[in-house]
Amino acid sequence: MNAASLYIRRIGRVVINAAVHAGAMTIFALRLIAVAWVPFTRPRDLAQQIYAAGVLSLVIILVAGGFVGLVLGLQGYTILSSFNATESLGVMVALSLVRELGPVVTALLFAGRAGSSITAEIALMKTTEQLSALEMMAVDPIRRVMAPRLLASIIAVPILAAMFSFVGILGGYFIGVVVLEVDAASYWGQIAQQMDAFDDVMAGMIKAVAFGAVIALIAVFEGHYAEPTAKGMAQATTQTVVISSLAVLALDFVLTAVMFGT
Amino acid sequence: MTIDTNAQDTATQPIIALEGLTFARGEHLIFDQIDLVIPKGKVTAVMGPSGTGKTTLLRLIGGQLKPQSGDVLVAGERVNRLKRKALYQLRRRMGVLFQNGALFTDLTVGENVAFPLREHTQLSEQLIEYIVLFKLEAVGLRAAKDRYPASLSGGMARRAALARAIALDPEILLYDEPFTGQDPISMGVLLRLIKELNQALGLSSMVITHDVDEAFSICDHLVVLAEGKVLASGSPEQLQAQKKQDPALAQFLDGLATGPLSNEEQADSMAAALGFSEALR
Repeated sequence: MNAASLYIRRIGRVVINAAVHAGAMTIFALRLIAVAWVPFTRPRDLAQQIYAAGVLSLVIILVAGGFVGLVLGLQGYTILSSFNATESLGVMVALSLVRELGPVVTALLFAGRAGSSITAEIALMKTTEQLSALEMMAVDPIRRVMAPRLLASIIAVPILAAMFSFVGILGGYFIGVVVLEVDAASYWGQIAQQMDAFDDVMAGMIKAVAFGAVIALIAVFEGHYAEPTAKGMAQATTQTVVISSLAVLALDFVLTAVMFGT
Repeated sequence: MTIDTNAQDTATQPIIALEGLTFARGEHLIFDQIDLVIPKGKVTAVMGPSGTGKTTLLRLIGGQLKPQSGDVLVAGERVNRLKRKALYQLRRRMGVLFQNGALFTDLTVGENVAFPLREHTQLSEQLIEYIVLFKLEAVGLRAAKDRYPASLSGGMARRAALARAIALDPEILLYDEPFTGQDPISMGVLLRLIKELNQALGLSSMVITHDVDEAFSICDHLVVLAEGKVLASGSPEQLQAQKKQDPALAQFLDGLATGPLSNEEQADSMAAALGFSEALR
């Protein structure tokens, strides 16, 4: 066999491998999404996953939300005061949080805090043959292990995002009203008047649901396809954070364009 | 060199059979058209040097891998052609003891044993509790019911995993390298367990191992794999007799450094690399 045909064979193998891998990932994702509702039949298990992914992320989310709100209050006040429009501080802070920063920053923190741990957990279960053991016990790991984590993320991220926004608005209130003496009635009044339950709040929630799903899917893939070595597992957790963060930002742009782009 | 007649002699009725099975990983051919029979009701050892695909064989039998050609028959069903649902039905009739036990680390020993029962039966919690204690008693671990796998020794973890493997009263029990890393005492316990469980529960057992002495001491039937082929199969006595005419078999069974099996090349090239190939000869 000459060098040229060897080279062609190698290209062929790379292409075939890539196609096989992409196909496997797609089938895996579709199977996972198809059984995503199954954990509702095991409420205890689901609650455990929501606890692990959501409740344990609360502290970081609340603290981050508070600081983001404080910064928004400060920055907003300096900008708005040059237009003599500081009474709009509340709505500015609230809209930035509810539409964008709430879902996006929550998702980024969630990817780092919960996504990485999902990947590590599944990768370790795979390495120690626990997933194989499940399969051989006629228990589908996709239904039993992956689906509860996906559903838990889909439930947890919107709730976390809502809490993030709420704490952020309180942070803005503290800086604006308590420290910089903006009128409290106009802080809340403007929010009540100008924020729309569907256009703003729902849009933010839709984003958060989508982010939760994307992060969990990526985390579960990476764990499932991690190489069973120390290096492989380290790589997989890093990949989860990097890929899901980028995916969240890209998806945020797409969703924003669709929902607010008119 | 082919001793298929022996296999037919001892095999009363096959519980597992491979027919013309070929399996390759990428370019690497692991099984080359092998035929192999695991008789019903017996303890069979599948032996071979490291890297002969013994664990791959286990995954083929469990339907986790599919062969490129040929068939895997388990209890009369063609595993490689079953749909997922039928495959899962069949797997309930098999118990597998993984190399390191593969216990679920976030469940206690008792919960691990109860796991398949809770997944696949509608039994009351009380009855499950009773069965779990019964199975743990069978492997001598009743006292460890509330401990977590991380706190068990290697031998205990393997026995706990064995209790889980027999939880659903399987017909077939597959052991993946059960003897590696066992101290002499837990080895003795394990050997006795494998033999006794097979008789008491009316199982068919397949033990994948490279420990020749242990395999000979408890198994009714032995299969030796090497270089993608079945090197020999038969009762321990038949293999001992056959050894005299087959240098490759003798090399593996007696653990010789030199012989027709390719270990020799590895040893030679390694010795050469270390600069004392002359000394080895």
